Amino acid sequence: MPETNFFTDVDALAAAIPDGTKLAIFKDSGVPMAAAKALVRRQAKGLHLVTIPTAGMIVDMLIGAGCVDIVETSGVSLGEFGPAREFANAVKAGKVKIMDSTCPAIYSGLQAAEKGVPFMPMRGLIGSDILKNRDDYAVIDNPLAKDDPIVVVPAIRPDIALIHVALADRFGNLWIGRQTELKVMAHAAKGTFATAEKIIDTNIMEDERLASASIPSLYVNGIAPAPRGAWPLEMPGQYDVDRDEMENYAKLSGSGDGFQTWITDRVFAKSVAAE
Amino acid sequence: MNNCRPEELMISAIGDLLEDAAHIAVGVLSPIPGSAALLARARNGARVSIIGSTVPEFRTDGGIDLFDAAGQGRVDAFFLSGGQIDGAANINLTGIGTYPELDIRWSGAFGSAYLYFQVPKVILFRDEHSRRTLVKKVDFISAPGVSKKNVYRPGGPYALVTPLCVMMFDRIAGRFTLKSIHPGHSLEEIRDQTGFDFDCPNDVPDTATPDKDTLSLIRGDVARAIANPYPAFAAKMFGI
Repeated sequence: MPETNFFTDVDALAAAIPDGTKLAIFKDSGVPMAAAKALVRRQAKGLHLVTIPTAGMIVDMLIGAGCVDIVETSGVSLGEFGPAREFANAVKAGKVKIMDSTCPAIYSGLQAAEKGVPFMPMRGLIGSDILKNRDDYAVIDNPLAKDDPIVVVPAIRPDIALIHVALADRFGNLWIGRQTELKVMAHAAKGTFATAEKIIDTNIMEDERLASASIPSLYVNGIAPAPRGAWPLEMPGQYDVDRDEMENYAKLSGSGDGFQTWITDRVFAKSVAAE
Repeated sequence: MNNCRPEELMISAIGDLLEDAAHIAVGVLSPIPGSAALLARARNGARVSIIGSTVPEFRTDGGIDLFDAAGQGRVDAFFLSGGQIDGAANINLTGIGTYPELDIRWSGAFGSAYLYFQVPKVILFRDEHSRRTLVKKVDFISAPGVSKKNVYRPGGPYALVTPLCVMMFDRIAGRFTLKSIHPGHSLEEIRDQTGFDFDCPNDVPDTATPDKDTLSLIRGDVARAIANPYPAFAAKMFGI
């Protein structure tokens, strides 16, 4: 019987994510920042990121650090902290291939994958340059009605969904709280790696209140402990965004030397691992 | 005119466009439209969902739930913006230059290429009214303003609000019409700063300034509520 791997730390987990992995990452809020920094530390290469459905600092950092070849996204921004400049610079320089999408198209692709069907129809998109530039999207005639063109998007099947959760148990189950999209990611991906604020000894699936918002171990390939693993982003219900740290990143990123300084200071320095 | 700031005038003007909306959704990076939605909530009891808010009553998962709700017609109003917006209400959130290696790369389309089709009343908001932002033709259509007749499209552009004026969009003609000019600004200035043609009636009224009650709502309930998704905006605007 396949079992969930328990890694000693985020670096051991990152070592198990091969170069070239098609990696699904949730939009900023409860995101696996500590694990992403570990990917930068191990100098991961050629990642194909699928952002669910948008992204912020975590993806900007991975791109800036040279870990990414392809980014499939509906948008990358630091939100209130400003534009994602590492992302913008890399796209402009042709260093990453961009696959622009729109949020519900990414969800539809994941939903197709979780059902094991090849595509999903969706409204909208017709007449946009998003559609025009996506050779893998198509417009079909609704086979059940007359004169009703509709877009179909292909199933999105990431190799790994990399997520951060508040709670995991030693049986390999994850508790995701309100972030139900994480479940769709886990279903769609071939496997899920999770970092967790806390790993408990009791079984999440045996607790009615927790089990209703869970990802069972069936989907979970690896878990690593990562207290404050979303920092400097917020972890819903646990800690807020670290505004000073975000402002610092927004200031230094996109400026070459500034970003390298940030990486040295915030990703490779030992003191940060202990935050 | 009472002592109202330009942002408060825009919040009030957008709020006035939302009178019949029962469920208003607010996307990312939208503090002024978000404030207007909260004003409509305070005045008309509208339900408001704000992507990014962690306050339970405004909370949406920002994803599947919201898009599915919009697909079913459960969202009455939404807001979009653009680095460029053109006279046919096409919006560009992607960048300037030749795709994909653009000269200037912006964030990306987010949910626009879907919600623009699905939500009946999409209000375009742009905080800069200039020939740089309001262009003859966008470089990249992240989401189109109008669609061919056979394309399923219950929604679309309704109005455009900027620091200078309010324009309404005619989906049949595919053109904007000037509705009101913010106090202190002129038709000449608007023509000068707008890169596209628009229709203009002979008499264009001033945009109504918020009355005392509206202004105190904006500075009270609205300011406190917008601070959760947009703390920096609330701090700068309202000192909260």
